[in-house]
Amino acid sequence: MKILVCISKTPDTTSKIAFTEGNTKFDEAGVQWILNPYDEWYALVRAIELKEKDPSTIIHLVSVGLADYDPIIRKALALGGDEAFRVNAASGDSYYIAAQIADIAKKGAYDLIFTGKETIDYNGSSIAGMVAEMLDLPYISLATLFELNGTTAQITREIEGGEEVAELTLPAVVSCQKGMAEQRIPNMRGIMAARTKPLQVIEPMAVDALTSVLSYELPPAKAGVKLVNPDNVAELVRLLHEEAKAI
Amino acid sequence: MSVLIFIDHTEGHVKKASFEVLTYGAKLAEQMGTSAEALLLGTVNDDLPALGKYGIKKVHQLAAESLNQMDAQVYASVIAEAVKLVGANVLVFSHNQTGKAISARVAARLHAGIVSGACALPDTSNGFTVKKTVFSGKAFAHISISSPIKVISLNPNSFKTIAGEGLAEINALNIPVPASSVKITAVNKIVGEVPLTEADIVVSGGRGLKGPENWGILLDLAKELQAGTACSRPVGDAHWRPHHEHVGQTGVQIAPNLYFALGISGAIQHLAGVNRSKVIVVINKDPEAPFFKAADYGIVGDLFEVVPKLTEEIKKMKASA
Ligand SMILES: Cc1cc2nc3c(=O)[nH]c(=O)nc-3n(C[C@H](O)[C@H](O)[C@H](O)COP(=O)(O)OP(=O)(O)OC[C@H]3O[C@@H](n4cnc5c(N)ncnc54)[C@H](O)[C@@H]3O)c2cc1C
Ligand SMILES: Nc1ncnc2c1ncn2[C@@H]1O[C@H](COP(=O)(O)O)[C@@H](O)[C@H]1O
Repeated sequence: MKILVCISKTPDTTSKIAFTEGNTKFDEAGVQWILNPYDEWYALVRAIELKEKDPSTIIHLVSVGLADYDPIIRKALALGGDEAFRVNAASGDSYYIAAQIADIAKKGAYDLIFTGKETIDYNGSSIAGMVAEMLDLPYISLATLFELNGTTAQITREIEGGEEVAELTLPAVVSCQKGMAEQRIPNMRGIMAARTKPLQVIEPMAVDALTSVLSYELPPAKAGVKLVNPDNVAELVRLLHEEAKAI
Repeated sequence: MSVLIFIDHTEGHVKKASFEVLTYGAKLAEQMGTSAEALLLGTVNDDLPALGKYGIKKVHQLAAESLNQMDAQVYASVIAEAVKLVGANVLVFSHNQTGKAISARVAARLHAGIVSGACALPDTSNGFTVKKTVFSGKAFAHISISSPIKVISLNPNSFKTIAGEGLAEINALNIPVPASSVKITAVNKIVGEVPLTEADIVVSGGRGLKGPENWGILLDLAKELQAGTACSRPVGDAHWRPHHEHVGQTGVQIAPNLYFALGISGAIQHLAGVNRSKVIVVINKDPEAPFFKAADYGIVGDLFEVVPKLTEEIKKMKASA
């Protein structure tokens, strides 16, 4: 079994969101960078669990990013990846990123490609579907459970108003979310081992970006909360009905 | 040249999210001076010509029974084919679970740029720029698409449905449907509940409810308002409530008209999933709870006393209306 896990770097969930250079750049001052939680907690940890069940499993990581990605990749190696590729490019365009990942995936002949459900900064939910299309593989989105029996995978995924169980023969692309696995913390042995695991830097292939960010904008500040006395709940109902017209 | 809108359906009915994208696509077509047409894969029991009331001229239908089951690979191939047949240059999806499964895949197949999570009509005055939510709803980005074909997936509940007059013409498509390599072995729909992402009103509970046995008061309120129910992450983690109710940065992201937060502190990761709600009501006994800063209305008080009263008062209001 060969698994490819797609790893991205995102600002910590508590980061202050602000922009600079005339609202065209994310303000990185004081921002802590983390492994995108969906990639770490669900995609990577589920891959590690599969390796624990079948130790012959090989886990490769792929990131499209510049050298500032390396600490994130090392952390993923410390958690349990075997080897990593970093495609040396900075791009926000989903098609560009997906094309780089698909290229690595083709060369590695993977049985399984895991991504997170979405990046918590760009919120695209796009990369996995694109990679699947570029490789002409089945794609299961928003997976909450993943079981493997030989080369048959049983995957539970979220659909509108419920879930469904899909069965397919690998290879496949799966985007992972809550339910797939539980968060883990890298241990000392993993951290030591990660230092010497291979992290190969690859130059990108030429792909046209199809989208670009022109500017950012923060939502208007809330006017402030209107507090209602707990002894006068009727007043809240009146406000919601007459003022907010919400009920 | 046309705007093609993907119609999502389940159990024989067109979904509410589809009415939003139909309205959105029709407005966009008007703005671009082209026609708005829709695409339906599979079969429904609803009156399709009546969808014309959202401003579309045509519904292209590929009525193969097998398409009532969504497989991203199959869908991408037939949708891309339909786009070529119809000659569409903009394709619109809802950014719901179905849209998330297929829109990007179709975009890749068409070599089209995609903006997913759009929240407003594109600016087409100079190029094609779409506003989308980023940083889990904490900000917006204006993204320009440069490819000839453009794909947009629209956040649910971010565009108001407008129904007018009109009948759509139905055009039967004839596109070969490839066999699916995915077998669906079980479907578990949550019955009797309003789907969270489609709910107009959501009532949500946090650790302040103390335990699963206390959810009755929340459910009573939700029932009275015909609201969907949600919870904070620790509540889902502790299995007080099912996992699909967990909202926030790492859970479901919602944007209802009205969101009630009962006994939820308002951590930044929770807010990330709900801050696009139009009106937020917070009930918390701690006046310092951060949620009050994000709220429109609030009561500082004990939820065990306030919530049942609230349900009663809503009943009274409805009775007098
Ligand atoms: C990377 C990351 C991702 C996360 N993702 C999410 C996410 O997606 N969603 C999410 O919800 N959380 C998420 N969290 C967790 C988040 O940080 C908070 O810990 C969590 O939201 C707190 O849940 P809570 O408000 O229910 O509980 P608490 O923070 O314990 O708050 C309980 C509240 O109830 C109030 N209360 C208690 N008793 C009463 C009473 N009788 N009447 C009225 N009020 C009362 C208290 O004053 C308090 O404000 C994430 C955390 C991390 C680090
Ligand atoms: N730059 C990147 N390098 C590698 N994987 C990525 C990158 N960006 C996104 N991904 C993967 O694609 C998933 C979805 O990202 P997105 O489509 O941007 O929401 C993420 O959870 C990652 O698994």
